[in-house]
Amino acid sequence: MSTPLGIPGVRQTEIPAREHVKFYQVGSYAVGNRLAEEGLRSVQSDPNRWNTLTSGHRACQGCGEALGARYALDSAAAASDGDLVAVNATGCLEVFSTPYPESAWTVPWLHSLFGNAPAVAAGAAAGLRAKGKSTRVIAQGGDGGTVDIGMGTLSGMFERNDDVLYICYDNQAYMNTGVQRSGATPPTARTATTQPVGPKPGNRFGQGKDMARIAMAHEIPYVATASVADLRDLEFKVTKAMSMHGARYIHVLVPCPLGWGSASNLTVTLARLATQTGLFPIFEAEGGEITSVMKIRRPAPVEEYLKPQRRFAHLFKGGGEPEVIARLQAIADRNIRRYGLIDEDQLDDDVLARVLAAPEDPEGRYEAILHAASETKQAQAQARTRNAATENPSDREDQ
Amino acid sequence: MREQIEGSQAIAKAVAACRPDVIAAYPISPQTHIVEALSALVKKGDLPGAEYLNVESEFGAMSACIGASAVGARTYTATASQGLLFMVEAVYNASGLGMPIVMTVANRAIGAPINIWNDHTDAMSQRDSGWLQLYAETNQEAADLHVQAFRIAEELSLPVMVCMDGFILTHAMELVDVPEAEQVAKFLPDYEPRQVLDPENPVSIGAMVGPEAYTEVRYLAHHRQMQALELIPQVQKEFAEVFGRDSGGLVRPYLLDDAETVIVSMGSVLGTIKDVVDERRERGEKIGVLGITSFRPFPTDAVREALSGCQRFVNVEKAFSVGIGGIVSSHCRSAVRGLDLENFEVIAGLGGRPITKASLHGMLDDLAAGSLAEQTFLDLDRDLVEEELAREAHSRRSGPLAENLVRASQARTDAVLEENEGTDPARGAARARAASPLANGSEAGGLVGTANVPVSTDAKSEEK
Repeated sequence: MSTPLGIPGVRQTEIPAREHVKFYQVGSYAVGNRLAEEGLRSVQSDPNRWNTLTSGHRACQGCGEALGARYALDSAAAASDGDLVAVNATGCLEVFSTPYPESAWTVPWLHSLFGNAPAVAAGAAAGLRAKGKSTRVIAQGGDGGTVDIGMGTLSGMFERNDDVLYICYDNQAYMNTGVQRSGATPPTARTATTQPVGPKPGNRFGQGKDMARIAMAHEIPYVATASVADLRDLEFKVTKAMSMHGARYIHVLVPCPLGWGSASNLTVTLARLATQTGLFPIFEAEGGEITSVMKIRRPAPVEEYLKPQRRFAHLFKGGGEPEVIARLQAIADRNIRRYGLIDEDQLDDDVLARVLAAPEDPEGRYEAILHAASETKQAQAQARTRNAATENPSDREDQ
Repeated sequence: MREQIEGSQAIAKAVAACRPDVIAAYPISPQTHIVEALSALVKKGDLPGAEYLNVESEFGAMSACIGASAVGARTYTATASQGLLFMVEAVYNASGLGMPIVMTVANRAIGAPINIWNDHTDAMSQRDSGWLQLYAETNQEAADLHVQAFRIAEELSLPVMVCMDGFILTHAMELVDVPEAEQVAKFLPDYEPRQVLDPENPVSIGAMVGPEAYTEVRYLAHHRQMQALELIPQVQKEFAEVFGRDSGGLVRPYLLDDAETVIVSMGSVLGTIKDVVDERRERGEKIGVLGITSFRPFPTDAVREALSGCQRFVNVEKAFSVGIGGIVSSHCRSAVRGLDLENFEVIAGLGGRPITKASLHGMLDDLAAGSLAEQTFLDLDRDLVEEELAREAHSRRSGPLAENLVRASQARTDAVLEENEGTDPARGAARARAASPLANGSEAGGLVGTANVPVSTDAKSEEK
């Protein structure tokens, strides 16, 4: 006898891929530059906008990834007149949008594995070309799926210049599995695997991958960074990327209230502060060369960005960690100098001096390498001394 | 067209005749020639419209195949050995998503120790992956099975592995009637995907399924694969009508009608086994052969029926599951459950060791004499194994097994040489061990090039 298990039936919903939106705030700029010139209007301000990722999915309140994905894919759909397929890596975006028997996607959507979205998308692009179709392919994944487990396939996709737009939603850790450190976690951040304990609490300095720059090193047609604080900019970049062919990469900073330990209503604020401090520079690159950067009007001190986040709380406990914060500030300052985020004449003298004095390697990558190298040299020297002191040469081999 | 052709080239031509849309592959022996030939065909324009992807890994190859298949493209790849293991996550995923991908597995052993020669360990490791697995006996059959594989895969919307013995088949020149495009077109319809990523009719493929429905999904996967037990013979029949030759099917019986003893096997070794059986038939022995073509789905009923008339059967298999024994033999035993049949499993040909007629005759002689162990490793060097076991028991150090074996074997050879010269063999062996290239690590052979360090410390501590 079978027990009824309450298996849900598949429901056909009538949520359209294009949604007619009634705007109440007629005459204001509140819904995305609707009164601006056509070319400057927001994709989301179109009353017949696309509805690629529908509401009702299961993302947390204030999820930056859901916001970023919706804007990115709506723009891509608008740019390709809906003739696109989306490939998704395993991660929050996949899990919260497609718990069987529901799906929040109104575009054709495929999830295969954690580390293979770029290769699946490359295969899809090849298949569509072989079938003589002009359908566009978008691949998307979180930072873990992109900079860590999927980096091999992503690099392969870049190297072959497959006709895929890859969008990385970077929330700086493995949020879907319980906030463990990823290769994109910033220094000192607390995660489930970089706890705020020991003499150097949180994630170590001198690690982490700058995927946008790695992508640029592949000299692909288009690389850009963006954040959910500047959604118009994100729309613009996705639209621009969709006007090109070949491998394209957009790295979007998407704050995660759960993993960052921040209030749900601070998602956009934090994304903006990440940019305004200089910690997350926003730029575009074509063929491996930077072609534009988003200027900062006034550089915010990094404390403003760090303080509202529980993942950095250990930096402010007790007397605080002014040296560590200064080092994080140096990263921001180095970015300001490296990307020219602020024109020199716009800066106060003391800030300018600080920016100019920021070391080239505040993350401490070279430092870590040099330290390791010196340790090796030291060990070698010690071994030499020891060996010289040993009389029997045959014993030396056993050392 | 009948031509004298290398196996892998024949496969490439057969696959090309099926007009694949996307081929994605990463080089690994012994599969490489197949995809080299296909890349040339695509580059020359002999496969108009087809895309060839040079991917960065086998994991990427299978992933690209999943993407291509999902948008409705006929998709092909090939791999072997470590390559197959590297793509495993995507292999399971392809079947779970119901992607009708066809993949050649040029069967090869799996390291460590690294060994590039043929046995069935690689494909057998994927027996639970949800893929169909067809094993070819000859290059002719391998070429024909590829054509049938596309048909089976696309009708069931399930991926199919065509397994052919690496080197023994892939690198052998044989007379093969290579399937041609015009013939194939009569047999293989255009691929009509059951599910496809189409903006006109958007679907979500690969959603997350919780405990409330996962069991049902798995049951349906099983049900779908079991349908192949009817489809495979049907496709075999239709293939024979178009091509005029009999290839494929679930099992291939040979002289079974009055056989009291049956040898069950898969792949190219069936040829040798049939020769041996012919010779024993001439001596009046009632002996036959059962070749298994479809390993997944396993044709339990067909095997039971084929074996029901015999008194005993011997599985000769080129793969085994460490810790239990033969893989196919356990399937066969469960197929004949309830029938009172003697059965033996003979593990043979691992890592490319030749399975000779003499060895097979010896095995059958042992069987006749009642001295064949139920689990036998054909041509196992007992001395070498026991020496290693003794050494292990003595030193309680497991160490890198292959290096120990090479060292022990070399020491033994040296000892024999010294004995011939009239010196004390025991001392000679010790000296040979100390002086062997592996022990001092100075010029390690190709086989153990990177492993000389642990061996050297090992050897030295033994001396102390």
